[in-house]
Amino acid sequence: MKFVKTLFTASALAAAITGCSDTSVEDAPAAAQVAPSDAVKVGFVYVSPTGDAGWTHSHDQARKYVESQLGDKVETTYVESVPEGADAERVIQNMASNGHNLIFTTSFGYMNPTLKVAKKFPNVKFEHASGYKQADNMGSYFARPYQARYLSGLIAGSMTKSDVIGYVAAFPIPEVVRGINAFTKGVQEVNPNAKVKVVWVSTWFDPAKEREAAETLILQNADILTQHTDSAAVIQTAEAKGIYAIGYHSDMSEYGKKAHLTSAVHNWGPLYLEKVKAVMEGNWKKENLWIGIAEGATDLAPISDAVPADVKALVAKKKAALKAGTMRVFDGPVKDQSGAVKVAKDSTMSDGDLSGFNWYVEGVAGKLPKS
Amino acid sequence: MDIELLTNILYATIRTGTPLILVALGEMVCEKSGVLNLGQEGMMLMGAVVGFMAAITTGNLYVAVLVSIFAGMFMASLFGFLSISLVSNQVATGLALTIFGGGLSAFLGASYVGVGIDGIQPLNIPLLSDIPVIGKILFQQDPLVYLSFALFALVYWVFKSTRLGLNIRAVGENPEAANATGINVHGIRYLCVIFGGAMAGLAGGYLSLAYTPLWSEGMTAGKGWIALSLVVFASWKAERIMLGAYLFGAASIMHLILQGTRFEVAPNLLAMLPYVATIFVLVLLSSNHAKTKLNTPMSLGVPYRPQL
Repeated sequence: MKFVKTLFTASALAAAITGCSDTSVEDAPAAAQVAPSDAVKVGFVYVSPTGDAGWTHSHDQARKYVESQLGDKVETTYVESVPEGADAERVIQNMASNGHNLIFTTSFGYMNPTLKVAKKFPNVKFEHASGYKQADNMGSYFARPYQARYLSGLIAGSMTKSDVIGYVAAFPIPEVVRGINAFTKGVQEVNPNAKVKVVWVSTWFDPAKEREAAETLILQNADILTQHTDSAAVIQTAEAKGIYAIGYHSDMSEYGKKAHLTSAVHNWGPLYLEKVKAVMEGNWKKENLWIGIAEGATDLAPISDAVPADVKALVAKKKAALKAGTMRVFDGPVKDQSGAVKVAKDSTMSDGDLSGFNWYVEGVAGKLPKS
Repeated sequence: MDIELLTNILYATIRTGTPLILVALGEMVCEKSGVLNLGQEGMMLMGAVVGFMAAITTGNLYVAVLVSIFAGMFMASLFGFLSISLVSNQVATGLALTIFGGGLSAFLGASYVGVGIDGIQPLNIPLLSDIPVIGKILFQQDPLVYLSFALFALVYWVFKSTRLGLNIRAVGENPEAANATGINVHGIRYLCVIFGGAMAGLAGGYLSLAYTPLWSEGMTAGKGWIALSLVVFASWKAERIMLGAYLFGAASIMHLILQGTRFEVAPNLLAMLPYVATIFVLVLLSSNHAKTKLNTPMSLGVPYRPQL
């Protein structure tokens, strides 16, 4: 695997250096049609290193899952730390012309490069994470981690003693705001007195800053912390200060044996397996998927024993309801911070509203900065 | 603002400023001798990852700190060999060192991501730590913070009142003249470059062993670059580096603390605060152009070829 990757990176580099990305266009689709022995070739483009215990890590786990399920019927390659933009196009194009049958591009900024390459290689299938553009041979998909956030909010609301819960967040974009709101909704459902305090660190990854933000929240009386950033520094700070924490992206229990209550995690494995199988059987079709707990794409890491059994039972019940589709996280009535009802009783928020979330629900302390 | 909050802010300020002080002091010594090493980020990352690996393998955090220092020294001696002995371009070599260190540390540390250690714990100094306010701020930190105080004092003293300090400055100002007076120019430069590496390695170790005890690729998040600019803005004076680093630390804490209060400022504007405040104060301090020029090592970035 490592060898394949090295080879691949080398060829991508060579392409970049010689600037052959333009000349390879005409003969490339032909190359893609040549079926590689009998295994399906699947490529993955990652925005950060696979070992970051965060977003990319979750995709790479899924890649390994696909390999373990299909054995030698599939051949996977990946390129990590690919910057969004022109470099991405070169890497994706190279993968397409190298005989890959299916390519997953796993960062928002790969959307336009993927679309461009997809048009040049009609016989290769593309799947892009977190975007909104599709083509005949390019589908898109994203998860609903806010559902797991909501469930973890139930735990936080039940466990807090100070009624202050700290949330370290990166940037005020709808995805992050949605997570904060879902979490707060869970907290408020079991504990209407509890407040969620948010500190924005203006970076996705800076362990030192994340730690200081966590300490700031502890100073403001928070006794449970959670984070929407990429490192585990917040969990570690909670562990050091003897309070509880909830992780994100992957199971972060390793960083806080006592502190870690649970984590909201991504699980792309089943989706990727399904897509690869579809390509193998020749019935792949483009889709725009937004999948969550029901499809197994979003989940909670194992819940700590510090959480009482009745809380665990409540989480299990709500999880089952989300799974069955008998409830949604933002079912009305949903109030905003001023107490005004934004989503009426017996109605729910549409996916369109969810994608543009730009207000806080009741229970979040402080004002939402304009993004 | 109540006294406890203020104490906590200042306590965190010292902690945040410490990695910057370590790297910047090392780079200052290096630049005083006329060598510009842009490889701080790479040396820090190597110090961080190798120290972390040592902590897991040996289980001894103090051995790990030593290993961090050695990792930085090793990287610096690579740089020294290329830029001093082989007279390569210092800017290009330094940048290469940053890229090399970043890549190599990621490679070495790949299997250490996701592993947690306990980290170096704060050490209360008897008696001193009982002083109200000051005790908490200065004397309840971890041992590496105390070490940074000591290293500051050492660097300050060397340049204030030792022959070694004079020799380093002579080499940085005019290596030909220094050579003529019998100073071993390359020897001094190697010494300073390796000292700088040791400091950067220590700063990396501080991050991965004490501050946020974990290894994660690129965990220095640009601190090496901030330290580099700090050296220039502080016009190569140890006391100003200390001031600048703590100022930067305080401003980064404020940016987080202000968010919970009635000041409703956009967080992205607040995130600029550390940079703006530090640049503002240090520019103000070094506004006397003639004096600044006097402080700049004349031969900074110029390789020295011994005349045979």
